[in-house]
Amino acid sequence: MNIQALAQEIPEQGEQAFEGIDFITDGEQYLTFILGSEQYGVDILCVEEIRSWEKPTRIPNSPDYVKGVINMRGIIVPIIDLRQKFSIGKPYYGATTVVIVLTTSCELKKRTIGFVVDGVSDVLNADESDIKPAPAFGGCIPQYYIDGLVNVGDKVITLLNVKELQSLEAHQILST
Amino acid sequence: MSIDLSQFIPSFLEESFEGLELMESSLLTLEAGDNETIHTIFRAAHSIKGGAGTFGFSEVTEFTHLVETLLDEMRDGRREISPQDIEILLDSVDCMRLLIESARDGHSCEDEKIAITSQRLSQTLNNSDVLSATDNSSATDKETINNNASENHCWHIQFLPEHQLVQTGNDPLLLFNALTDLGNITLRANTDELPPLNDMHAEELYLSWYIELVSACSEEDIKEVFEWVEDECKLIISKQANNATIQTIQQQNNSDKTQEKNDIASSSTSKQDIENNTNAVKSIASSVTTTNNTHDKKAITKPKTELGSIRVGVDKVDSLINLVGELVITQSMLSELGSDFDISKLDKLTSGLEQLLQNTKELQESVMRIRMLPISFAFNRFPRLIHDLSKKTGKSIELIIKGEQTELDKTVMEQIGDPLVHLVRNAADHGIEPVDVRLGAGKPEQGTITLDAYHQGGNIVIEISDDGGGINRQAVLEKAIEKGIVEPSASLSDAQVFDLLFEPGFSTAKEVSDISGRGVGMDVVKRNIQSLGGRIQVESEQGKGSTFKVNLPLTLAILDGQLVRVGEEIYIIPLIAIVESLQVDPNLVNRASGDMVLYRLREDNVPVLPVYQLFNLPADNTDINESLLVVVEADGEKVGLMVDDLLAQQQVVIKSLKDNYQQVEGVSGATILGDGSVAMILDIQGMINIALQKAQQLQQNREKVAS
Repeated sequence: MNIQALAQEIPEQGEQAFEGIDFITDGEQYLTFILGSEQYGVDILCVEEIRSWEKPTRIPNSPDYVKGVINMRGIIVPIIDLRQKFSIGKPYYGATTVVIVLTTSCELKKRTIGFVVDGVSDVLNADESDIKPAPAFGGCIPQYYIDGLVNVGDKVITLLNVKELQSLEAHQILST
Repeated sequence: MSIDLSQFIPSFLEESFEGLELMESSLLTLEAGDNETIHTIFRAAHSIKGGAGTFGFSEVTEFTHLVETLLDEMRDGRREISPQDIEILLDSVDCMRLLIESARDGHSCEDEKIAITSQRLSQTLNNSDVLSATDNSSATDKETINNNASENHCWHIQFLPEHQLVQTGNDPLLLFNALTDLGNITLRANTDELPPLNDMHAEELYLSWYIELVSACSEEDIKEVFEWVEDECKLIISKQANNATIQTIQQQNNSDKTQEKNDIASSSTSKQDIENNTNAVKSIASSVTTTNNTHDKKAITKPKTELGSIRVGVDKVDSLINLVGELVITQSMLSELGSDFDISKLDKLTSGLEQLLQNTKELQESVMRIRMLPISFAFNRFPRLIHDLSKKTGKSIELIIKGEQTELDKTVMEQIGDPLVHLVRNAADHGIEPVDVRLGAGKPEQGTITLDAYHQGGNIVIEISDDGGGINRQAVLEKAIEKGIVEPSASLSDAQVFDLLFEPGFSTAKEVSDISGRGVGMDVVKRNIQSLGGRIQVESEQGKGSTFKVNLPLTLAILDGQLVRVGEEIYIIPLIAIVESLQVDPNLVNRASGDMVLYRLREDNVPVLPVYQLFNLPADNTDINESLLVVVEADGEKVGLMVDDLLAQQQVVIKSLKDNYQQVEGVSGATILGDGSVAMILDIQGMINIALQKAQQLQQNREKVAS
């Protein structure tokens, strides 16, 4: 069955219906979330789940932004606070604080890490042509974490590179 | 109707390998007139032949047919069982294994050994046809073999090592030295593959060699020299009929266009020259040993694609099924209780839960037991190894195996096999002295190697002991000082000295001849054992022999742990590491050597490590005088961990932190507690390391302040 063809017919039923199925578009989809007052996005296919904040078990002698590990259905998942990692906003743990659990596979090994953010906002569709390179200067997030910027209305969303986020060389423990 | 036969191939292979093992062990115990054993061997060979025929492994079938014919003659009493025949049969078992392995991998096997062995087999068979009337056939065989052996042959050996050869701690120089023990050699290095200096890796070997060896030795003897490296090199050995031809070959070579090279690289016979010749290699090799730690690991862990299977006794499966049955009953009872529960049924609920606990525990144990195999699986190969080694070294060695019914996790067993072979080989090669030395020292002519396995706590201990010459403590120490591993002024305990044998790079200590080889790959052995969470200890008395003690956890998945609390955090200390737990008596707390806190535990002074300091945590109690101490032991060192509270003891399932995060110093893994939260499992050795680092930093800071 051709889903694309089906999608063609549906607009007759009204604008709403079209919006409901616009995941069929060819562009990439991103989950957007809030850090401080800024909006960010990650590839939605990497998102394993979105959890509410629970207090993790601390990892001894780890950096501040590594909050610890949690038990996610028998898997030990480390939790990293992106706000502290990128020094954006104030770390606050409350009802709206959520953890986005991201999974990437690298060399047949799956790696799952949870990232603490201030809130999840939306799903964003963006074609490759919509993604603009980020200016090299300014910003406290190192360049290699950023895939690009996307304009949504008046706002700008920063797309983050999940592979880089996961690469723990960058999160290396500084033994004190 | 067609059946896809290929689905049965794995079980055929498994059965064949089992059959081969059976043949091997039976052959070693085979004596004349022992019909039952011959029948066993014959049956094993026969089923391999039959199976191979079914699956179309014609090479295996043909070869096994010869073996079977020989065995058949023995079985029917048409042939006396002679030691020579047993040797041939043992070699045949090796060949069959090679053939089956290559059939499994889907390529044809071109090992010369097979051709030679099958020739020997048919020769033996023919001989017996001619001489079957006389019983002297075996004696005649022997004579011809002896005749062959006393003659000098010129062997042509092409030794083409892979580039990473030196990274595994092998040194071609040692190989060549070993060859000179066999006879006179002429060595020529081939430098064709040498890249320009800029592209050259210090850790790689680019040379290959062409060796001419004039010796009365057999091909096996030569192969044995290269045994350690045979997986990492291409070895072509061919035989020139006799001495006379060597000259002509050399002349030919001289007229070759490689003449200039010959002038530089070819050298003759004596050890001295070879040393010069391979100096370059040696310097590369020694520079490698310092940096090869990471590479080594790669070389050792060969990719294993097989998933493997376990044969499980029916009784074990039955007990599992019983337990699952009980579990189902308990579950239905509990759910019935839950559907209309009131407080009067509380007693029933408690007993039901208790039953559930019991069932789960038993189920867990049964499942674990499925993975447990008697260690005889790992020990089985040693009689053959010792048999071969004693033949090659000319020493008479007896192998005593004890405790082969001790059970061990399958994964641990698979990984411990190679290190054990290493240790046994070392014991036979270097531990047991040659016969004349033994007799001189007033020992029995026959050396003894003992393999023993037993349980101790939650661990299994494997002991490899020999009654040989022992380790020369002084020589090891001198070598270590020379290599700069140890300060000349340091005073070391015996255990610490023997531990030096496991230092990487110590292996190539050729100057210390009486222990040389004791170290070949010993660092690898130690690393393998450590990666299994085990440890190795050496005890040795000069003149009396040495004992290598390998301590391994029974299983890698589950651990008995003591839960302790520090501040808000709960940690797990492996029960096996705990010596004792105690309430601190302030009188026994001492401060020494500049504010180092020591606790007097009977005769020992145990350093106190406050966990909250090591891990930068808030804690309830920071006063040593009122705290609880858990005295733990790691690598023979005792330390006292200061904790806030002792909680329950329980079995925990080990989960890796590395999967999603990374190794954390002081933590060996994590586990999930009953309430679903995560707790860290402490790694005592790692914690000691953290403490050492902190102490060093502190010292440096103080020095800065002082200056």
